[in-house]
Order: sequence, then C-alpha cells, then structure tokens
Amino acid sequence: MPNIRSTSTEAFDNLISQKVATLPPSGIRKFFDLLSSIEDVISLGIGEPDFVTPWHIREAGIYSLEKGYTMYTSNSGMPELRQELACYLELHYGVSYNPEHEILVTAGSSEGLDLVLRAIINPGDEVIIPDPCYVAYPADITLAGGMPIPVPTDETSNFVVRATDIEARITKRTKAILIGYPANPTGAVMSKKEADAIAELSRKQDLLIISDEIYARLIYGAEHICFPSLPGMKKRTILISGFSKSHAMTGWRIGYVAADRRFIQALTKIHQYTLLCAPTMTQMAAIEALRNGEGEVEKMVQEYNRRRRFMVKRLNEIGLPCFEPKGAFFTFPSVKATGMHSEDFAEKLLLEQKVAVVPGTAFGPSGEGFVRCCYATSLPNIEEALRRMDRFVSKGTRRSR
Amino acid sequence: MKEIFEILEQNARATPEEISTMVDKPVSEVKKRIRQAEKDGTILKYKAIINWPRLEREDIWALIEVRITPQRGVGYDAIAERIYQFPEVYSAYLVSGTYDLSILVRGKNMQEISSFVAEKLAPLEQVQSVVTHFLLKRYKEYGEAFHVPKETNRRLPITP
Repeated sequence: MPNIRSTSTEAFDNLISQKVATLPPSGIRKFFDLLSSIEDVISLGIGEPDFVTPWHIREAGIYSLEKGYTMYTSNSGMPELRQELACYLELHYGVSYNPEHEILVTAGSSEGLDLVLRAIINPGDEVIIPDPCYVAYPADITLAGGMPIPVPTDETSNFVVRATDIEARITKRTKAILIGYPANPTGAVMSKKEADAIAELSRKQDLLIISDEIYARLIYGAEHICFPSLPGMKKRTILISGFSKSHAMTGWRIGYVAADRRFIQALTKIHQYTLLCAPTMTQMAAIEALRNGEGEVEKMVQEYNRRRRFMVKRLNEIGLPCFEPKGAFFTFPSVKATGMHSEDFAEKLLLEQKVAVVPGTAFGPSGEGFVRCCYATSLPNIEEALRRMDRFVSKGTRRSR
Repeated sequence: MKEIFEILEQNARATPEEISTMVDKPVSEVKKRIRQAEKDGTILKYKAIINWPRLEREDIWALIEVRITPQRGVGYDAIAERIYQFPEVYSAYLVSGTYDLSILVRGKNMQEISSFVAEKLAPLEQVQSVVTHFLLKRYKEYGEAFHVPKETNRRLPITP
C-alpha cells in the first residue's frame, strides 16, 4: 500500500495510471523545451494558422458576452449552429446530416476524436492508422483502451495510405480505420480513387471509418474527398472536423462530429458527462463563421497557396526534395541527402541556424528521413528560414566532403 | 492575373521571381504583365507607407467637405480636377450625401491649411461652401494601422 503522503517517485508513480504513465510524451515536447532557450528563432514548427480569427467572428464572440450568453447550451450544441453545420456540409460536400440527431458540437475536433474512440473501442480493439500521422491518433487510441495499428506510408505514394496495405493489417480485432486527409504532418491529400478503394475495403470487411477532415478547406488545386459523401459510406463513417484551421480559430476550441444517429447518441453520452457543452461564446462565434466567413476563408487559402508554392520550390532548390503537398499547411521534405536522421537534422538546424522544424519521427517511425515545415507564417519569415536552411544544407555538404 | 497585383499591393517589393513562384506562372510572363501595367497606368506608382508620427514629424491633416455646383457637360469632374491638382490635396473623392467632394489635405501646419482653404479652395467660383475638419489622430491608412506596436507572436513556438 503506497503512502500517499510520500513524495518519493515510486509512490508518486503508483498514483498515476499505468496507461498514462507508460504513454510516451509527444515528440514535439522535447523541441519545445530546447526552443524556449534560444532567441530569434524562426519557427516552421507551429501547427496552427498565423492569421488572427477574422474580426467579424471575434466580434460575434464579443457580442455574445456583451449580451450575457454565459450559460450552458444543450449538450449537443446550439440548434442554430447544428443547423448551419448541416447546411455547410450539404453545400460543400453534398452530404446531408439531420442537425437534430446526427451532429454533435465539440470543444475542438480533438474532443471529437477522443469521444469517438472512447465510444467505439472495447479493450484490445485495434484501430488502423497511417504512419506518420497526427500525434494524437495513437495516444488517444491507447487511452481509450485500444491498440493503434500503424500502416507505414512513404514518398512513393506521397504518404497516402493504400487500401492494400490496410487490408494486410486487418485482424479479427480491427474495429476502425482512422484517417485524416489533408494530412498533418505531410500535407498529403487523398484522391477519389484512393478513397474509393478504402471505402470498398471498409464495406467488404464491415469496418468503421473515422475521417478527421479538419484541414478539408485548406486544399490547393485538388478536390477534397469528404469520406461520408462516398456511396454507401455515410452510415459507416464518423466525420470529425472543426473551425480551427479553416477559420483560424484554434484557441476557441470548437469542432463537431457528424455521423449516424447511433454514434452521435453514444458520443453525446460521454460528452454530457465530461464537457457538458462546447463554450457558448465560441458556439456563437462559429455560427457567424459559417454564415459570413467564406470570403475570409478563401482569402486565407489563397495566401497559404502562395506561400506553399514558394516553400515547395525553394525546398527542392536547396536540395531537400519535397513532393507537392496539396492540402493543410505543411510540407514534408526529405532530409536523407544530408545523411542526417530527422532528429539530428532538426536539432542541428535549430542550434546552428535558429530555424525550428519538427522531425518526421515525432509523427511515427515512417517519418524518419523527413521533417515537417509549416508555411503558416509570413512570407518574409519563410524566405529567411529557407535562406538559413540553404546555408545549413550546403555547409553540411561541404563538411562531409 | 489579378493575383499579381494583389501581391504587389501587399508588398510592392515582391520580385517577379517571387511572384512567379507564388502564382505558378513563368517569370517572363509576370515581368511582361508588370511592365504592361506600369505602362498603361494599372500600376500608378510604388510607394512606401511611412509611419511619420514615429519620426516625430506630424503633419497637419484636414478632411474638408466641399459643396460644389456641377457644370454643364462635365458635371463635377472639371471642378474636381481643378481642386485635386493642388499639391496640398492628398486624396479627393466625389461622395453621395449632403456635400459633394470629400478631400484630404495635408499641410506642415494649421496656417498652411487655412490659407489653402481661404485663398485657393473657397474662392473658386463653383465652390458653394467648405467645412474643414482637422484630423486629431490617424489610425489606419491603406489597410495598415499606425500607432500599433508590432504585435509580438502569440503562438507557441512549436505545436502539433
């Protein structure tokens, strides 16, 4: 019986659940600590928009406070917001959800993902994920009592997970496939053909698809495939999305899940005991975002696109080959030519040239040999960062000769 | 190709090479477009927006409402041109409402502006009346805010 007053590490560790204690910390954390000690760093490591939330949306948030909307809303979110969401999904992706029973408003898509996994996973259930992928996927699956089953992806398929590779990992315990395209960290988008193949597989194997489409609006010269819009997929897909990336609303924490009624009922059960409801002020801002936010979204997408083209071209020029990422705001260049591992590269680049990038391995073992560079920062910053990276890479080349 | 001008409007110093990458068009085409625009008056000029108050040189500005009598054949344009040709006039607009021209005038001191109004503007035959509002503070021009300290980055240096 541990003495709870004891401050010894052992006793303390006993107080933390084994699941949490053994959960590896995010690979990003280490860089965060290192970075905080250095000045004048240009960071390409930030995974959020550099735009401030458009003023009309902020103003709606202020208005809601001014008018005293400070109480709980219904568990599933304000009816007007769910109605707007239903219209939005119908308009953009041609998929219709009943706002009353098939949409749940969450505190960010992160809450949505956590709810979904907790709602569907029985102990030991397996959930297939692409590798590399967003840092929360494997962690959330583990916390929900499941087993993350990574499917390695590589540059030959532009880091899009293939149906055949998924199929090879399906077991009796496989419960769902969790995908997120456009992807963090690679910027990859999934084509119709690739999505169709996965949809076909999920129908054949009777598997659930969890589709994290938080980056859906940040797409350049390609069409976003909304998974539930594929034939027969609405009933076996859980769609997770939010406003953080499309409307530059990361700090507001507002997202949603759209799915068949039975899933939303299950999710709402957990949500009502944990969050109760998403913040009211934020919900009101989100209504404004949906009603009048299109112009601003398009402006931001256009700006990202200019930076994207610039960064991809420069990366290739300086000898860090990079496929063309058609979504999100990330590039995923290969650093193999430098002979360094991802972590080495990122650490030395930070120390020698004060540019922060995130090693690909923070997103899974298949990220080895790559780093994530985010272009959600000003063009002058991107230009300067790439000048420094150029110096770093050519210095490395001379060094090794 | 409007995108070229949107980029230049944001940053007049963007080079044709940079613009060509951003809009994904050959450099030669971008250069051609810019040359053409400079020639045909689509691009009027390249200027810097100077935050003069920071340099402690605060000019005096006045927003003047002018009521004018339109002239047969040319409407407001001829008299507007006579007015905006004065170098003191920084910008000039024909507006709807209770007056006709809204002009922004810049002078070294109050004296300069009042003599412009008294000696040049008001005596014009077609000018019926003028109402002069001296600006107390300029907050924002050309979409850029003055007096705002450069915002420190609010984002965490690394996020997933």
